[in-house]
Amino acid sequence: MSAVAEASAPKAPRRITSWHLLLNNRLATAGLVLLGLVALMILLVPILPLPDPDVTAPADRLKPLFTAGHLLGTDQLGRDILSRLLWGTRVSVAVGFAATLIAAFVGSAIGIVAGYAGGRTDNAMMRGIDMLMAFPYILLALAIVAALGPGLMNALYAIAVVNIPFFARNVRGVTLGYVHREFVDAARLSGKGNLSIILTEVLPNVLPVIVITMSTTAGWMILETAGLSFLGLGAQPPQADLGSMLGEGRAQLFTAPHVSIVPGVMIFLIVISLNVLGDGVRDVLDPRLRSGALARPGPVTDVASGRAVPANAAADAALSIACLETGFQRGSKIVPAVRGVSLYVKPGECLGLIGESGSGKSVTALSVMGLVASPPGLIRNGAVYLGNEDVLAMPETRLIASRGSRVAYVFQDPLTTLHPMYPVGRQVEEAIAAHQSIGAAACRERAVALLEKVGIPEARERAKHYPHQLSGGQRQRVGIAMALANDPDVIIADEPTTALDVTVQARILELLRDLQRERGMALLFITHDFGVVSEICDRVAVMKDGEIVETGETRAVLANPQHAYTKRLIACVPELGTGERFLERVTGLFAGGKEQAS
Amino acid sequence: MTVSAIQIRDLSKTFGGGRSLLGKARHEVRAVKSVSLDVARGETLAVVGESGSGKSTLARMLVGLEAPTAGSLLIGGKDAGALRREGPRAFGKMIQYVFQDPVASLNPRKTIRDILETPLKLLCGYEAARRAVRMKELLDAVQMPEDTLARYPHEFSGGQAQRIAIARVLAAEAEIIVLDEPVSALDVSVQAQVLLLLRDLKTRFGLTYLFISHDLAVVEAISDRVAVMYFGEVVEMAPAARLFANPGHAYTQRLVASAPCIRRE
Repeated sequence: MSAVAEASAPKAPRRITSWHLLLNNRLATAGLVLLGLVALMILLVPILPLPDPDVTAPADRLKPLFTAGHLLGTDQLGRDILSRLLWGTRVSVAVGFAATLIAAFVGSAIGIVAGYAGGRTDNAMMRGIDMLMAFPYILLALAIVAALGPGLMNALYAIAVVNIPFFARNVRGVTLGYVHREFVDAARLSGKGNLSIILTEVLPNVLPVIVITMSTTAGWMILETAGLSFLGLGAQPPQADLGSMLGEGRAQLFTAPHVSIVPGVMIFLIVISLNVLGDGVRDVLDPRLRSGALARPGPVTDVASGRAVPANAAADAALSIACLETGFQRGSKIVPAVRGVSLYVKPGECLGLIGESGSGKSVTALSVMGLVASPPGLIRNGAVYLGNEDVLAMPETRLIASRGSRVAYVFQDPLTTLHPMYPVGRQVEEAIAAHQSIGAAACRERAVALLEKVGIPEARERAKHYPHQLSGGQRQRVGIAMALANDPDVIIADEPTTALDVTVQARILELLRDLQRERGMALLFITHDFGVVSEICDRVAVMKDGEIVETGETRAVLANPQHAYTKRLIACVPELGTGERFLERVTGLFAGGKEQAS
Repeated sequence: MTVSAIQIRDLSKTFGGGRSLLGKARHEVRAVKSVSLDVARGETLAVVGESGSGKSTLARMLVGLEAPTAGSLLIGGKDAGALRREGPRAFGKMIQYVFQDPVASLNPRKTIRDILETPLKLLCGYEAARRAVRMKELLDAVQMPEDTLARYPHEFSGGQAQRIAIARVLAAEAEIIVLDEPVSALDVSVQAQVLLLLRDLKTRFGLTYLFISHDLAVVEAISDRVAVMYFGEVVEMAPAARLFANPGHAYTQRLVASAPCIRRE
């Protein structure tokens, strides 16, 4: 029992936070407390003043609950139920946990070796595991016990063997994900052998999964122990164990229900508390859940109720952001990501928003349509004007209806934004149908026309293809087609060419520029590359640490940057034709503050 | 310059291929097709090409992470296969590899001390006291503070993580370093700093670089010669200045033409 509790606190530097996280989860805490009580009781059984659990007293048989001297009454042979319950729990829990440990050790070893070795070894080992899984587990346990003979130890082996596949499959899956990671290759190049890599590189990463699987299967194993004992294959009389108590009490279910209800309640309590604790442990150990993925974000970013609403400074702009402040909730504090950003884009204009990672440019873009995940995102101040209407003051349904129809997004990696299971044509149709009620055939025609428009050859054929069948550049073209589907006033492109090769990037930029000029759309183009900005943007806003430090006509800013940060950004872009002079140029920039700059 | 650092002759790598159980030919991808090139000691040779052109496969074959299908590979004058059979120590002290994604190349559950100690212990065979001194020197060389050692990879930014990865590579004391897109995941200002660092280290320790990148301007800034890869083949190889001023192959011309440049007028 303590194994689970200990395992829930990982290594030293994060112990406190993990404990706090676990204790924040009320259900898990309840499970922990309950388990702690049960553990305490069964540890203290030998010194508690309890009658011998195996001594029969036929005269005192089937005494009800709360009889003097027998707090939980007696069973059909007059044995004290409280005493038998505690001794029996001790046996059941010990067997359950021992089986968990054995299954975890053997199963994880098989899984990690199979996942690491791959190829034939993997195949042979996993087919063996498949054979184990092919039998219904209780049947397999019965067969093992039948072969080895009834008895507690044999039941333990049977349960352990039956549960090995759980661990093997889980651990193999996770191991596979790590084996091809770069740090494993790096360790190999550092001179580590296979065994050393398995034990010191892969195992520490897989360990959380093993612990999680253990904590979720321990309850299950206790249940199985009880099941086998109930069938008379586990603990042999007169030894008490929860399952055998249940089995023996079954005959008296109508005359003296407490004989079977008491061990039943105990099993229920142990298993339920193990399960809720296991869930809690999983949440604590899983880094994805830790970062807040567990909280389901709302459809619209939260807006602080008392926010300042500045007036629209650029009335003729298609999109105007005024003093926007967006932050993220971390505990009770709010970490600001965007601090008072104001910008505008006029129809037919392209504004470049440039900055390095972490400068808040993407959060600014997502705030426009309330797409920052909330919690933890919060718009604290400012306004976003579409035409003359404040987006942040719109009712939820109207805001959601505006997404895609008035403001559309193009994201960085089209492979992650396109649905892998639908043909691309259907996804474009979906984008059209979300805002326009037209017939299916007309919709299909429009989708094909759009795909043609963005320069996909043989669009009608291509529409039937899945995203993985298209090249990166073509996928991004599909992304652009979806953004164009409803003739939006504003397109926000968030690093749309960063994932692409230079030759493809040049063509996508060309396409975006042509489309924008032709349709008179406003384009907010987010990038970290001044080279791209100079290709496509009319004006540029330079962002640093959540603030806009400089803004102006692209040519003016490039020719004569005012802010030191802009100068540095421009100087750091290597250009063809500069050659080795580039490094001499940047040497001067970082001569003073190497440490601080990295 | 008597022996070149790397000598590749007709090196090929084919993925898949062969026949399945039922005798059906499997889909086959020829990632690298009969590539030959030489890298002289103390030289920086850049390999440029689009994603899927086989440049990473070439790099992984050089450091022994992939086995070549055909061709010969001499590293420091010795056959790579023979060198590998001598054990990871002989191989790792000869050639090292810097990965594209610095954060992914550091095990998230190990401290920087553990990560740096491994090559010092296994490849150089230093005892504890010497290792501690060497780790300080390494961090110094990549301009990272000393308290780095006790921290975990996720506490560092991309640029810092790449410095740590470079420190690990230096720890092996190899003279030949293969850099697989070492700066493409970094912000421009960090990229410039890492490029500077790479240049300084090269002159300080007399290193030989094979620098893989898709960014022509970066390549031009750091390399002596450039090899252009296109669909698994080296289509053009020339000194950097000449190649970009006067690209010969049609694909190189296209690459040079589409490189974004800052237009100031």
